[in-house]
Amino acid sequence: MEFDATRPIWLQVMNALEMDIITGKRRPGEKLPGGRDLALSFGINPNTAARVYQELEKAGLCETRRGMGTFVTGDEARIAAGRDAFIRQTVREFLDRMALLGETPRSAAQIILREEE
Amino acid sequence: MMLESKEVTKTFGAKTAVDHISLSLEKGHVYAMLGPNGSGKTTWMKLAAGLLKPSYGLVYFAGEPVSIESRKHVAYMSTEPYFYTWMTVRDVGKYYQDFFEDFSYDRYLELLRKMELTESMKTKSLSSGMMAKLKIAVTMARDADVYMLDEPFNGIDLLARDEIRACILEYATEEKLLLLSSHLVEEMEAIADRAVFIKEGKLVECVDLEDMRTQQGVSMADRYRQIYGHTEG
Repeated sequence: MEFDATRPIWLQVMNALEMDIITGKRRPGEKLPGGRDLALSFGINPNTAARVYQELEKAGLCETRRGMGTFVTGDEARIAAGRDAFIRQTVREFLDRMALLGETPRSAAQIILREEE
Repeated sequence: MMLESKEVTKTFGAKTAVDHISLSLEKGHVYAMLGPNGSGKTTWMKLAAGLLKPSYGLVYFAGEPVSIESRKHVAYMSTEPYFYTWMTVRDVGKYYQDFFEDFSYDRYLELLRKMELTESMKTKSLSSGMMAKLKIAVTMARDADVYMLDEPFNGIDLLARDEIRACILEYATEEKLLLLSSHLVEEMEAIADRAVFIKEGKLVECVDLEDMRTQQGVSMADRYRQIYGHTEG
């Protein structure tokens, strides 16, 4: 994975894992790699990797069971909520860019509908 | 505190290479040590490794002044070539094994395999890239508390740099301290978590990289340009 070194790396790895969880690539209850393995597979500092799990846990998307490791949450409502939050965030970013072009949410929606036809 | 530099100063004749550097380095972190050529990085590392004596101040390892004793716990890789030309890769390993109690020949073999080197190779016929990899393998085959690598990415091609980063990360545990100096700042963005900036022999700052990205939105390379911009190096 290529990182944007001007943004926190833990956040970029967290976003990648979030994406895997909300798209179902990583299933509810699935075991996640240990902190060291996460660090090695992404090529990041182990302290950064530990931060990724702390933040994912805060977001309710994973849980750490003592002595067993870190797992994707089994709470599917949480995952659905994470998916909704991600969609809203993506739409907001899109609308911000459209606003720079003078488009309102309504006119942007019409453009999307035309694109579908 | 694993390595602590208190007011450390080193002069060579009229030149002050390291100028009152006070710095505390903790285990469990990977530090990038940055600065242009001649800024004092190498001299500071040699002081911390016990290969040079400070003109003023001291470096402490685990609370004790750096000495012959602390060298047993500090693995240092210098930029200079330091093998006899008649040596094979096997001889280099045996030589280290004789010198350092914490050297593991098995670990050395594993590292050689990863670096695509073989025991029978002669050091004098190694390319500069292979020599750079051999130096890393023989240094990292020690089970030390501190690893100081001076310019580990120099002369190493893009693909082999991934190998070296992976090897460094494997050793970056809670119990160890790693310190890397390099001009290739981008190579260290993701593997280091702290950076030490040195300019003209003085410490500029020691920062947490993720905090800096969060608070200022700058990368380590950006900060490097801010500090050293428009100077040589």
